[in-house]
Amino acid sequence: MANFIWLVIALPVLGALFNGILGRRVGYQVVSMVGPAVVLAAFLVGVGAFIDVLNHQGEAIQVHLWTWATIGNFNVPVTLLVDPVSATMVLVVTGIGFLIHVYATDYMVHHDHDHTHPDRDFARFFTFLNIFIASMLILVLGNNYALMFVGWELVGACSYLLIGFWYDRTEDPQRAIEIDGAESVSIPSLLSPAASGMKAFVVNRIGDVGFALGIFLIWSTIGSLEFTTVFEKVHELDHNTISWIALLLFVGAMGKSAQIPLYVWLPDAMAGPTPVSALIHAATMVTAGVYMIVRSHAIYNLAPEVSLFIAFVGAITAFIAGTIALVQVDLKRVLAYSTVSQLGYMFMAVGVGAYSSGMFHLVTHAFFKACLFLGAGSVMHALHDVIDIRRMGGLKDKMPHTYRTFFIAGLALAGIPPMSGFFSKDEIMAKAFEASPILWGIGIVTAGMTAFYTFRAIFIAFHGEPRDHHLYEHAHENRSAVTVPLWILAALATFGGLLGLPAPILNELGIPIPHLLDNWLKPVLEIAHAAEHGEAHHLSFMTEVVLLLTSSVVAIGSVGLAYFFYVVNPEIPKNLARTTRPLFAVLANKYYVDEIYNSIIVQPALNLSKTMAQGVDMVIIDKGIVDGVAKVIGMIGGLLGDLQSGYIRHYALATFIGALLMVGYFFFR
Amino acid sequence: MIISALLAVPLIGAIILMFLPRENKELLKMFAVGVATLNFIISLPLYFMYDSAAVSPDGYRFAAQIAWIPSLSISYHVGVDGLNLFLILLTTFLTVICILSSWTAIEEQLTEYLAIMLFLETAVIGVFVSLDLFLFYLFWEASLIPMAILIGRWGGKNRIYAATKFILYTMVGSAPMLVAMLAVYVWGGHTADLPTLVANANVIPPDTQKWLFFAFALAFAVKVPLFPLHTWLPSAHVEAPTAGSIILAGVLLKMGTYSLMRYAMPLFPMAIATWTPLLVSLSVIGILYGALVALVQDDVKKLVAYSSVAHMGFIVLGMFSGGQIGMSAAVVQMVNHGLSTGMLFFLIGVLYEQRHTREFSEYGGIWVKVPVFGVFLILATFSSVGLPGLNGFVGEFLVLLSTFSVNRTAAIFATFGIVLGAWYLLTAVRKVLFGPLNTANENLIDMTFQNKPREFCISVAIIALCFLIGLFPNLLFDKINPATAQLATLIHATTLIAGQ
Repeated sequence: MANFIWLVIALPVLGALFNGILGRRVGYQVVSMVGPAVVLAAFLVGVGAFIDVLNHQGEAIQVHLWTWATIGNFNVPVTLLVDPVSATMVLVVTGIGFLIHVYATDYMVHHDHDHTHPDRDFARFFTFLNIFIASMLILVLGNNYALMFVGWELVGACSYLLIGFWYDRTEDPQRAIEIDGAESVSIPSLLSPAASGMKAFVVNRIGDVGFALGIFLIWSTIGSLEFTTVFEKVHELDHNTISWIALLLFVGAMGKSAQIPLYVWLPDAMAGPTPVSALIHAATMVTAGVYMIVRSHAIYNLAPEVSLFIAFVGAITAFIAGTIALVQVDLKRVLAYSTVSQLGYMFMAVGVGAYSSGMFHLVTHAFFKACLFLGAGSVMHALHDVIDIRRMGGLKDKMPHTYRTFFIAGLALAGIPPMSGFFSKDEIMAKAFEASPILWGIGIVTAGMTAFYTFRAIFIAFHGEPRDHHLYEHAHENRSAVTVPLWILAALATFGGLLGLPAPILNELGIPIPHLLDNWLKPVLEIAHAAEHGEAHHLSFMTEVVLLLTSSVVAIGSVGLAYFFYVVNPEIPKNLARTTRPLFAVLANKYYVDEIYNSIIVQPALNLSKTMAQGVDMVIIDKGIVDGVAKVIGMIGGLLGDLQSGYIRHYALATFIGALLMVGYFFFR
Repeated sequence: MIISALLAVPLIGAIILMFLPRENKELLKMFAVGVATLNFIISLPLYFMYDSAAVSPDGYRFAAQIAWIPSLSISYHVGVDGLNLFLILLTTFLTVICILSSWTAIEEQLTEYLAIMLFLETAVIGVFVSLDLFLFYLFWEASLIPMAILIGRWGGKNRIYAATKFILYTMVGSAPMLVAMLAVYVWGGHTADLPTLVANANVIPPDTQKWLFFAFALAFAVKVPLFPLHTWLPSAHVEAPTAGSIILAGVLLKMGTYSLMRYAMPLFPMAIATWTPLLVSLSVIGILYGALVALVQDDVKKLVAYSSVAHMGFIVLGMFSGGQIGMSAAVVQMVNHGLSTGMLFFLIGVLYEQRHTREFSEYGGIWVKVPVFGVFLILATFSSVGLPGLNGFVGEFLVLLSTFSVNRTAAIFATFGIVLGAWYLLTAVRKVLFGPLNTANENLIDMTFQNKPREFCISVAIIALCFLIGLFPNLLFDKINPATAQLATLIHATTLIAGQ
């Protein structure tokens, strides 16, 4: 099947063409079939390819389709690379993509008593969603940086279109978080979907400048963009160049994977429909940066300083985003900041050279975060698009499936054993501890916050008394198109840990269970490992166990704290907010980062733009120089007497002056 | 033969048009579009028979040379190679589209209007195919007149000002070129034949080459337009009718960039190194400046006009950024800009015809009313932004890539242009399509196949080409590369000589 891997891209493209061109005419039921069906078909092809790679003992299979561009010695082929890393990504993208497509067939329809009202642009939604799947697969399957960049930009465009899907909606006005009766903290208004989409695209493009420059640097120093050639030859470059390449590529990852300082677009991306948040802004696209670094590990192994920098950027992002998530009142935004934070963990992993652990967390995070987002969407769907947790409460009996799956996925996110998130996060923590205890320290604090904010949201939204009775009355569990994907994802979130059980500990205990994912990815990752790290020193058995226990205790303790705060004694958080009001306000306003960017980047750029347009262009260049020259010529023309009228005079004179200058030059030269 | 037919058909068509009954507007339009279509069809073999076509000794295909003024060694010498092939095709293609886009927009003096369009086509193709200095200058100046009339007669409120400005700028620019041409003619052995002159290029002393290059480049830079010679462009675009803008942005600007490659570079190879820093700097400034100025425009056409300043900057940057990659990419980018900007102007025209305004504030949220139009506008914007899969990416990416190898600073600054490009173009889309519906647009008619078959088909044709080039750019590069390789080798060899 691996030779037919192009089908995984072609099928969604065909789906998009069908839905885009005929979707309105054939009606939403047909679109509901075609949209998910092409992704399912792609998934099956992906499974076939996966098995092929398995049978090849992880050897890479290259499928050449055509040559994109050739100029002189520059050559970019459209060749797809199927190896353990890309095959894994294909399964994640198409597998979770399919579930979310199915979910969306119901989410994008409003049920009103016995009537069903599909979204006005139902077909357009599935068109974009299909294109996204194809684009994401180009990103992960390309065998060279140019093709990866193609996918990279295309997923950005899909993200732009899907965030702004409800393009006619306006911004959500200024709101406030009430602390206690009269006291409240104001928070900024939410951008409109159209503005959010644009913000995402432009901020991503800033990252893309870095990525593009990294690619140019690779080309100008190595003379090829194909992964195999680049990774073979990269060690011939001097250390400085390698570091620059590594750093520039990472700038791209900062944009796409929402790391400090380019993370600001992701929370606003929540303006898009929830399936989009789940698919693009949690499970797949935002992990592209992690994938890129794993793919480029041969470069990063040679740039240890940059790698360490990445690890710290990841850790700090994880921490900062975690703190913001603590006080968000919008369920999707809690999850959005949580995504930023979890992506930070992944960068921490790849930064310390634990590429396989980064991939592990990427996969488990895709499971549980997709489940959480879809759960949030299920709540929204039931509450007529209300997403403010302060208006929820007591939903657990009304929406049992949503509640249970959300709870399960929440346990995974919180890192409670034996859920998938526990194993993947713990692996990262152990590797981080090996590299630097500081990283581990930041990680463990963030882990505590993660468990806390996740269950804060769960307890407020699903437990306790309903806060808005009208909404509560209308709430109902969703149909099976929504709940079945939820349960499948919840199951994956539960058992996903089996992919990477802590082999060092288990083996020590005499249980010979291998680390499945490590072994699977080994053919891609081990070359560099063996070459660079030699025999990496491992943590002692005792350290591993202590770290494992610490993580577990912190996670469980934080869930307990959330329970105490929001179920047992809800007065505590209110008092806390009041006593720490300045801090609370800073967090609620996301450290004012958007405002800061606005005043030091966006506004100055706009002002410069206005100065250029109205001052420089219209006045200095046009009115001043151009019209001035014209006037001078006109005056001289007038002095020479009105031999001609209109422009011909100018023409004649200009010709004359020009000729004079040239002749003069030849004469005096 | 084919080339001569391409020059003759529109001209003859324009003359016949004059004798058709003036009041039968349908006939006039059908005839004009028929002539343009015929010319487009005639131009197709240039692509499809390119490889098998006879190659003249100096690498030109479909070449024809007829002595014209033998005593002065001036001849009718025309030919096609990788540099002009796609520009000819672009011209014949866009002329058809221009005439179709004027179908309902132009009412007054239709006969003259259509005749001028056809005459303009001959002039522009003439500029592209000429291989003789004299012939080239003739066509170069000839193209000026119909364009100026298009603006001055069928333009908007300030059309006279805009037309005057257009004429003055261009003429002031091209006057020194005429003198320089005379100098080249004398130095090069009293011939106006381009291939001969190029072969003799080293006869001209390096210092003289510098000044001659400057004189040529000035004329071309005005046409491009290169910052800071660009201010004629926004006013010309704002005043020009839709078809005028399409042909102006799509083809006329390319006369500048093309001629830089065809004349300025090979005739004065020793001067290139001298002027490269200035030209590269001005291109990079143009890329950033054009984008910044575009960001705050209130008029849609002005925004696209300034975007042209930025995009044309990429082309000049590519040409002078050393080596073949940049040059091939620049040629492709000329075609790309013609398609994407042509399409943008066309779409603006569709709105203008219904609402008679181009102010952003008059639009907003119209996607609800015009879903199909919106899709085309978004695709055209994506093409212009340089999104992969579409054509714009090919040129932009490769220009930047090749520039980076030679001049990192320029490449880094220019790459930031892609951020600004996304910013202003998406802002434009947002102001027009997104947000709550501005009720003034309640009665807009969508561009579906049923409602507006002509507009729909035009858009589909352009977008299809955009995808074709974006996905299979080698369809173009295969033909362009030999010519750019030759030019790059020539420049490289000269640099080596100069270095010794």
